[in-house]
Amino acid sequence: MVASYEGVALVAPYSHPYQRYSNDSAHWWIAKALRGSLEMAGLTTRDIDGFCASSFTLFPDTAVALTQHFGISPRWLDHIPMGGASGIVALRRAARAVQAGDASVVACVAGDTNHIDSFRNLLSGFSRSALDASYPYGYGGPNANFALLTDRYMHEFGATREDFGRLCVDQRANALRATGAVMKKPLSLAQYLGAMMIADPIALFDCVMPCAGAEAFLVMSVEEATRRGLPFATLSAAIERHNAHADDPIQLRGGWTVDIDTLWQMAQAGPGDMDLVQTYDDYPVISFMQIEDLGFCAKGGAADFLRGRDTTVTGDFPHNTSGGQLSGGQAGAAGGYIGLVEAIRQVTGQAGGTQVAEARRALVSGFGMINFDRGVCSAAAVLQTGVRA
Amino acid sequence: MTDPLVPPPRKDPQKRSVSPTRPPEWRSRAAMGLTAAAAETRFALQSCTECGALQYPPRDACRSCLGTDLPWVDADPAGTLLAETTVRHSTKLYFRERVPWRMGSVQLDAGPVVLCHLHPDVTPRARVRMTNRLDRAGQGVLIALPQTPTPHMQEAPIMRAVTSDPKLRRVLITDARAALTPALTRALLEAGAATVFVGLSEAWRGPLPQIEGAEVLPLDVTDTASVQKLAGEIGGKVDILINTARFLRPGGVLARGDTGFAATEMEVNAMGLMRLAQAFGPGMCGRTGDGVNNAVAWVNILDAHALSPDPAYGSFGASQAAARAIALSLRGEFRASGLRVMNAYVGPTEEDWFAPLPPPKVAPKALARDIVAGLQDGAEDIWCGDVARDLRDRWRADAKVLERELTMGGDAP
Repeated sequence: MVASYEGVALVAPYSHPYQRYSNDSAHWWIAKALRGSLEMAGLTTRDIDGFCASSFTLFPDTAVALTQHFGISPRWLDHIPMGGASGIVALRRAARAVQAGDASVVACVAGDTNHIDSFRNLLSGFSRSALDASYPYGYGGPNANFALLTDRYMHEFGATREDFGRLCVDQRANALRATGAVMKKPLSLAQYLGAMMIADPIALFDCVMPCAGAEAFLVMSVEEATRRGLPFATLSAAIERHNAHADDPIQLRGGWTVDIDTLWQMAQAGPGDMDLVQTYDDYPVISFMQIEDLGFCAKGGAADFLRGRDTTVTGDFPHNTSGGQLSGGQAGAAGGYIGLVEAIRQVTGQAGGTQVAEARRALVSGFGMINFDRGVCSAAAVLQTGVRA
Repeated sequence: MTDPLVPPPRKDPQKRSVSPTRPPEWRSRAAMGLTAAAAETRFALQSCTECGALQYPPRDACRSCLGTDLPWVDADPAGTLLAETTVRHSTKLYFRERVPWRMGSVQLDAGPVVLCHLHPDVTPRARVRMTNRLDRAGQGVLIALPQTPTPHMQEAPIMRAVTSDPKLRRVLITDARAALTPALTRALLEAGAATVFVGLSEAWRGPLPQIEGAEVLPLDVTDTASVQKLAGEIGGKVDILINTARFLRPGGVLARGDTGFAATEMEVNAMGLMRLAQAFGPGMCGRTGDGVNNAVAWVNILDAHALSPDPAYGSFGASQAAARAIALSLRGEFRASGLRVMNAYVGPTEEDWFAPLPPPKVAPKALARDIVAGLQDGAEDIWCGDVARDLRDRWRADAKVLERELTMGGDAP
């Protein structure tokens, strides 16, 4: 049995408002989120002794260069280049550091900028296998990769575009309540279905919009959070897995399936106990996969499962309550934090317009790094209310 | 079923020419093995010498045993289409000008899964046959074809993009008096070439061999003014240039006594190629995006002894080695436009100056057939005749051993 994360507190969830394009650097965005989170906790950079960063656009720097850039002197430092799994992976590392005493206050930050044309440049060098074996074939980037998975998923399990559309429409409704979401126009199912095709069967509203943004939170001990009088969430369980099911000819499941029993045993809870769910949603098919692989329904059953449910903030299955990436925007590696930071807000009662009533337990999952034909990293965490705001 | 190509309308000079963009060309060194196989139109996969596992995408270590000796070996091209998409928006200009673009995921019977271009005649979830071709960036790419050939399948846009098929294209053959030229003209016209221009130097020299269907024009590759004049007249219409001009005399360095023949060999075989490239190359490079009859290929016919000379034809071999070096340099210089340099390596041909050599020799008709097939397949290197293939294999196995074998000399008394 994996040792528990008892005694660890997650505080000060901060999202810096996203922008479609930004002239500022990733350093600027990360600084904004770091300061935002520290200010929420009433701290300064002198109060942190652990630092963890995730970004795609920090080149040529890594987390170590940021210590000098920001004038911080941590005794514990990490750099997590795992895209959509970055948030939970960073949380796991930071939580263990705090438990072991290697750090007492760890700032976890993810941020990316989005210059004109920087998305194309990012795609141009995403991974060696992508360069060698997927970008030469139409250069569709993740759109084409996920189009293939979606095509196969629909063929295997009979999911329809309407099924994906309902999820996107509900997320847009959630985004309308969120202050930071980039997409602010209501979306109807008819608009979803009538949108232009990008890479069949993926259409416009199935794709995240690249943007600039940053997210941050702090990890400290429960005593420290209590001493400082901060609302905090606790970590009931967390898993990660990389390159699972490598022999599957096409990705219809992720690494969550390997570790799901560990997750729910650690959490001493089950899927039905969750008050809200935040999946990593660069494309709706991936949210479907997470809902299945984390045990909310059987493999291939997500369309049926969701058909009878309302996934808005006020619904019976609140999902991606801030609008997720599909309506919030994909701020690079910050996309791997968006659900986690929102979940901390939710269980600490700080979610404002998107607050799910009486939210006490949240499931967050992450999915990252499309390498050649599939996402390699998967992660999930169960958060629980420690002290509410 | 693919629609057959129709002859394109005359080009409107007022309209924009599609720019000579190319697909992504970054590859790891490991992935170059696919390109090397594609240059000869072979379908190959990395194979671990330790555990025998086949793998894809290319790696530097075996995913089964971490072995690092991973040569590319010819593989079974059969597979099943798992999933597909039609890319309608691409961030890469080459594709943006060519969408919608169909691609998919194929489970190979040999094991690995590949992402690939899809031929339009491949139906969903169908059995397919993989083929490995050079794209316009000069890199190997995989294309899933229908399991059994379909009518006009060679004429689909994806196939036009990865081959240099002569169909509806205009070809310049540089030397009307070369033994190869009549056979080559015939083969090109049979393959659907729209026009065959043939260059003729010094018309007073005697009767022309019978070249039916060709348009004969004055061209002397040893005369810069002549080459430039013809390029000025037809340079904008040449889609494929095939250099058949060649001067050849037997003899090594000592046998000659002077450098007269050697100078002419260099002048025709090496400098002639340079003159042609300087006059026709830039124009052809500018027309590689021109639609159905775009400029696609530059073909050199090189004696296989360009790799390692036969002392009995030592000075000719030197001119062939020089021509090969120029051809490889041109390949690099043309690459940015997508214009392909195809080298046809040939052993001794059936002609007077090779009379003292024993068989096998390459007949003009066989060489013409190989060149047209090479263009249709989109090859970059073709090896014509048994002697050329034998030299290739020995050169690849050990260039030094080949050199020693070719320069053996007589037994001591």
